[in-house]
Amino acid sequence: MRIRKTASFAVLLVCAALAAVPFLWLVRSSLMRTDELFIFPPRILPEELLWQNYADVFDIIPFARYLFNTLLILIPVMIGVVLTSSMCGYAFARLRFRFRNAWFALILSTMMLPSAVTLIPTFIMWSELRAVNTFWPLILPAWFGGGAFNIFLMRQFFMNIPRDLDESAVIDGASFLQIYIRIMLPLVKPALTVVAFFTFMNVWNDFFGPLIFLNEDSKFTLALGLLQLKGMYATDWNLLMAGSAIMVLPAIAMFFAGQKYFIEGISLTGIKG
Amino acid sequence: MSKPVSRKAALKKKEEIAGYLFALPAILGLLIWTIGPMVASLGISLTDWQILSAAKWVGFDNYRTVITEDLFFKKSLLVTFYFAIGSVVFTMLASIVVALFMNYGVRGQAAFRTIFYLPTIVPIVASSMLWVWLFNPDFGLLNTVLKSVGLPTLMWIYDEATVIPSLILMSMWGCGSAALIILAGLQDVPKHLLEAVEIDGGNGWHKFRYVTIPMITPVIFFNLVMGLIGSLQAFAQAYVMTGGGPNNGTLFYVYLIYREAFQYNHFGYASALSWILFALIAALTAGVFKSSKAWVHYGGGK
Repeated sequence: MRIRKTASFAVLLVCAALAAVPFLWLVRSSLMRTDELFIFPPRILPEELLWQNYADVFDIIPFARYLFNTLLILIPVMIGVVLTSSMCGYAFARLRFRFRNAWFALILSTMMLPSAVTLIPTFIMWSELRAVNTFWPLILPAWFGGGAFNIFLMRQFFMNIPRDLDESAVIDGASFLQIYIRIMLPLVKPALTVVAFFTFMNVWNDFFGPLIFLNEDSKFTLALGLLQLKGMYATDWNLLMAGSAIMVLPAIAMFFAGQKYFIEGISLTGIKG
Repeated sequence: MSKPVSRKAALKKKEEIAGYLFALPAILGLLIWTIGPMVASLGISLTDWQILSAAKWVGFDNYRTVITEDLFFKKSLLVTFYFAIGSVVFTMLASIVVALFMNYGVRGQAAFRTIFYLPTIVPIVASSMLWVWLFNPDFGLLNTVLKSVGLPTLMWIYDEATVIPSLILMSMWGCGSAALIILAGLQDVPKHLLEAVEIDGGNGWHKFRYVTIPMITPVIFFNLVMGLIGSLQAFAQAYVMTGGGPNNGTLFYVYLIYREAFQYNHFGYASALSWILFALIAALTAGVFKSSKAWVHYGGGK
């Protein structure tokens, strides 16, 4: 048993090293001089740590602008998703109304639908509304329930709250809005956090949406900005790596901030899905 | 006596209205962002529509052209399935192995969980950039390692023969979230069942084969379905890393749709392509669901 445990530990250590090496290579390359990248045999570590590369990224492309644009999309999306997914999760978990289960099943089934099917008409619609190359197509849909997955997640959490809590509030004459705000929301704070984190990740990582809907440099998000960097400076791998690292960092920071909830959310989707 | 009854009825009515009001965003969302566009997309797929000209009704011509004439369609299907099956199978195997070892109660489990999960939160554009650099035939890390142990080097994403395996390798790097889901499943395996096998004289393999595996089949099934749906829609890595090449070797299906719609402005044709994708995914998912009756074991009356 002891030996097995040690052996498992060793295997995991090797796997973890394999998972970590690309990160280390990213950081290492981002701190090198350009010519240093192409030396053979390669240097494992840079001769001197060239932090200047990170500053250069901001000089060459309007990285600050891209960051600002990303936040301009991210913040209203997060508000919309958290607000509407919790509202809908509450409705589908706690309120009885006609066709409730049918609606819920329909909404859940959209998870299976490839987004390519709705993409073209949606694009045409936005283009008819003259809203292509604005942030509207990337923000507004988030205010309509925030996606089946988030509604599902919220509903799971609402279902776990004891029934008598809201039932007695109803008898006391509280309105459903009051119950939702005063009783329910405080109880599902962890779920709200999970949904907020997932939403942050989705927007931060989104590539397809901005690619389709934004076509002017000044409107680009970080994901598209990074692509710009590749197109313009295909040989400056140190800058490309620095730019990538800048994009990875906030995602990792967010992960550490909400690690507990995150992993809980991930496991939950697997078991109860 | 009639008063409480009518009060109850009034309350029921209030709940009905409140329910619809609270669920309204999702219901509207379903109609505006899913059902409406689906109907429209079906209509558009029956037309010849280039952005500047008016749409022209062509019936099923687009579908006919896709299936009988479009060589890119065939190639794209081939590489998409190659990638999807490869990445689902290998990512699943990797995540099962990682989860099994983590479940052994090794020390530092929290640290391991974090390390394995980190690659999955790297934005796809950033991870694509990183892997282009790792795959670089001259200066990349992978060839450097191969060279230093005396093995022949590869062209990785620059050769049609190795490009899909390279992308599969890259997707295995992100096996962490699947591993966490499987780990959660493993931790739900009842101890008494494992002990029962031991009492009957079974060894580690028996426990694994007759208890652990059947108990985690629902989790495997979930990962299989989600992985398949996800990888059949791969796009960003091909767009960033290979531009669909070499020799259309990574012209993934969604890439083909993107190209037809947003580069060539063939909206009708691209819509037809997207419906074929939908049909394929639906058929495949249905197939996996159907087969699941034979191999997915739901214990505890779940």
